[in-house]
Amino acid sequence: MTVEIRAGEVLVVVGPSGAGKSSFLRLLNRLDEPTGGTVRLEGIDYRQIPPRELRRRVGMVTQTAYLFPGTIADNLRYGPLQHGIELPAETIDALLIQVRLAGRAEEDVAHLSGGEAQRVSVARALATKPEVLLLDEPTSSLDEEAKGEIEKLILMVAKQNGLTYVMASHDLAQAARVADRIMVMSKGRLEKIGTASEVINAEGTFR
Amino acid sequence: MLKVLFANQLTLGCAQAAVATLLALAVMLLARQRKIHLERETIVALVRGIVQITAVGSILVLLLRGPAWTSVFLLAAMIVAAAAMSAGRSKGLPKSFQVSLYAIGAGAGSVIALMTCAGVIDTRVTSLVPIGSMLIANAMNTNSLVLNRFRSEVESHAGLIETGLALGADSRQTVAPYVQVSVQSSLIPAIDSLRSLGIVWIPGLMAGMLLSGASPIYAAVYQFVTISMIFSSSGLTALICSLLIRGSAFSPAEQLTLRPRPVAAPAVGRGA
Repeated sequence: MTVEIRAGEVLVVVGPSGAGKSSFLRLLNRLDEPTGGTVRLEGIDYRQIPPRELRRRVGMVTQTAYLFPGTIADNLRYGPLQHGIELPAETIDALLIQVRLAGRAEEDVAHLSGGEAQRVSVARALATKPEVLLLDEPTSSLDEEAKGEIEKLILMVAKQNGLTYVMASHDLAQAARVADRIMVMSKGRLEKIGTASEVINAEGTFR
Repeated sequence: MLKVLFANQLTLGCAQAAVATLLALAVMLLARQRKIHLERETIVALVRGIVQITAVGSILVLLLRGPAWTSVFLLAAMIVAAAAMSAGRSKGLPKSFQVSLYAIGAGAGSVIALMTCAGVIDTRVTSLVPIGSMLIANAMNTNSLVLNRFRSEVESHAGLIETGLALGADSRQTVAPYVQVSVQSSLIPAIDSLRSLGIVWIPGLMAGMLLSGASPIYAAVYQFVTISMIFSSSGLTALICSLLIRGSAFSPAEQLTLRPRPVAAPAVGRGA
């Protein structure tokens, strides 16, 4: 497949289970190696960029929020520390305000709900100041209430930070609410890409 | 009782081996009753054990007549065999043979060399080979424990490790906690051996020395020396193994290659 992702857009990748959405995202930050072809980041073949630097620029939020043992602040500090940066307390506070966890920096992550853990995961990914944020079905393991919260959060964070977002989702309605463009995948192939109105017909299914 | 029945030392040994084997088989059958199937592994291990130790005994008979340096080749062969066995226990782990060979070779090999040079291990074949083999065998067990524990730790924490990678962490750092756990747990048997020495068990070497007429105090002290050497070689092996194994879980592009193995689907019965 050949896809051009525009700077600053929210691209939602939709498709049934096994369509290759997660694999596509994992290729974008090189957690997996492509068997053929390549990815270009601002025109540069990403194999020329050291993997650690690439992953700082292309952040990721996974389906399950894997948090490191410790406090919320420890988790937020983790990414920047890998690049020799000590995250100031003010930045931690600002990130937590963004994800609606203000004042909870010193709370142990073991006590967080699924939705709260996912919000920490989003803040942690933003802490490394990425240019692109990959979101691999970030709401799929959450209940309806938490799902709505995270969705709103993603939209808000997208507006505030001006990053490029690539989000995998199996929920077409969610894609229509969030996306600037929708990319439909099936069996590892790109089926179609366009705005919600171009991709979805009146019945709420693919055109 | 056996000594009354068998006057000849060789036939007595065979009878004793038969009794010990029967006991091992009885344990295997007990396990089978609890639906723990160890039959094939136990029988193969028993057969291999008797064949191997008899072969070594025969080789020792020949070596006793040869020059002392021949034991170096025997110990080197033991290290290669130990590495192969340890790697066989860690299927699916990349480069496990090389890692095991370097770890056991450097861990046990250096302790044997150092202790022989220091005069702690006698250079006679009859002393160097049995004591060296004890160090190699224990280093092999430790190495297998490190490899297995590391694999299961990495497989069960793959999500957290990849989260670290996705945040730009160094691959070696992402597995550091699991390396530490693997080394610590692998050394529990060696530490326990040292702690329980004389209280819970009197090892075979000491028993052998006593039987051959050595002073009980010297036999006891030398047993401590041996167990300390076992701890040193096991510890060194675990440390070297942990240093080498960290890199083998990742590709050059810092991608986790050691992924959880697919779980076999349970058999679907034809019940009503």
